[in-house]
Amino acid sequence: MIYKLQFADLLPYWDVLARGFVFTVALTVVSTMAGVLVGTLGACARTFGPRWLAGLLGAYVELIRNTPFLVQLFFVYFGLPAAGLKLTETQAAFIAMTINLGAYSTEIIRAGSEATPKGVIEAGVSLAMTRLQVLRHVVLKPAFQKVWPALASQIIIVMLGSSVVSQISAEDLTYAANFIQSRNFRAFESYFVVALAYLLLAVLTRAILRALGSRLFPKA
Amino acid sequence: MPLVSIVDVRKSFGANEVLKGVSLPVEKGDVVAIIGRSGSGKSTLLRCVNGLETHDAGSIMVDGLEVGGAKTDMRALRRHVGMVFQQFNLFPHLTALGNVTLAPRVVEKMGEGRARELGLEMLAKVGLAEKRDAYPSQLSGGQQQRVAIARALAMRPKALLCDEITSALDPELVNEVLRVVEKLAGEDMTLILVTHEMRFARDVGTKLVFMHQGRVHEQGAPKALFAAPQTAELQQFIGASFK
Ligand SMILES: Nc1ncnc2c1ncn2[C@@H]1O[C@H](COP(=O)(O)OP(=O)(O)OP(=O)(O)O)[C@@H](O)[C@H]1O
Ligand SMILES: [Mg+2]
Repeated sequence: MIYKLQFADLLPYWDVLARGFVFTVALTVVSTMAGVLVGTLGACARTFGPRWLAGLLGAYVELIRNTPFLVQLFFVYFGLPAAGLKLTETQAAFIAMTINLGAYSTEIIRAGSEATPKGVIEAGVSLAMTRLQVLRHVVLKPAFQKVWPALASQIIIVMLGSSVVSQISAEDLTYAANFIQSRNFRAFESYFVVALAYLLLAVLTRAILRALGSRLFPKA
Repeated sequence: MPLVSIVDVRKSFGANEVLKGVSLPVEKGDVVAIIGRSGSGKSTLLRCVNGLETHDAGSIMVDGLEVGGAKTDMRALRRHVGMVFQQFNLFPHLTALGNVTLAPRVVEKMGEGRARELGLEMLAKVGLAEKRDAYPSQLSGGQQQRVAIARALAMRPKALLCDEITSALDPELVNEVLRVVEKLAGEDMTLILVTHEMRFARDVGTKLVFMHQGRVHEQGAPKALFAAPQTAELQQFIGASFK
């Protein structure tokens, strides 16, 4: 069978593609920031917080790590309205991604912060630092140095996983591909181009995160 | 009034009473050497002085501030009391200079340039100016401990607490650290040292404190005490230590 590739058939839909691209990028950037913040607070609370909070966070991490992201997304989008919380597709996508990345990054950052010896923390306290200063300069900074590559990988996994938000009609890159191929029936071309776009995003994200890491957390 | 005054301090861990009423005045410029068997409460006493442990009863005053007092800003108090640990406890992600300047920058809000100047001065004091850019993992134990001393000195403490700071070192590295401590003693720094270095305690100390089972069992001038211990316990301890 001979199939003639017709990438030109995508051209009329370039704006749909562009909007999807921007949406995916924006969703990733915002939920990455929120997710890493959740993860940082979660890791601190799990390591230094009261036992009940650490337990609660442990349950959160396990719940998220052992259920499919698509189900988490459906739960936020279709499940929460039943509890009285109505969300737009974009809000639901953002919340689900933040919750998801928050759980994974809690675990990743905790692995780094738990490695801080008790004596090193006491050294910080003895130097008249506040708890917050010790946390920031003595615990978190070296922790981020250590786990930044793992965190970057997780961010990329979440970025690629964001393609399932098209399932609740959030208009991301994958949604654009679905939309275009349903109009022009050029499934191969549509998904091929979108796959390339994801690849480009992943490569770019990794490069940006690496640069960011060596600026924010310069390595010994 | 003594710079550090410890009065009838008690401390228990659970049912284990580790300090059973310890009193010890430390005058400005004193070099107090605390000796005693393992488990006699030396570390605990030292850690109570800067509030790393909270004492249950009695009082500890440092430069007019009461440790753990309701009105005391413990951070202000800790600025006056430096601490050096047996395990160095350097910040592994920072260079020697970074270790020394962190607290001045973060706690004292000192500018980058001034902190660097101060840091280099302190590193020079412990003979490590040329190691400013080395990370702890690239330094010997003796060098790490000297950086730790410089780090404590950078806060300009009025007293320095040293808990067995040569015990984790290879024997050939002990002297370089002791020489730094001796130099500080010569500069009139107030020092409270828990140590197993008996000769150092005798030669550099201005006061010797022998702790035994959570109490100050015997205290006095080091040379006199070493020459003529009054209690059987100290006699035995000294005998075992000098061999
Ligand atoms: N955080 C703690 N929790 C429970 N018990 C403790 C704690 N810290 C110290 N202890 C106990 O208190 C007693 C005195 O300990 P401390 O460390 O003060 O002794 P030390 O004189 O410094 O001994 P060493 O020479 O071995 O360092 C020991 O019996 C020890 O087990
Ligand atoms: Mg001890």
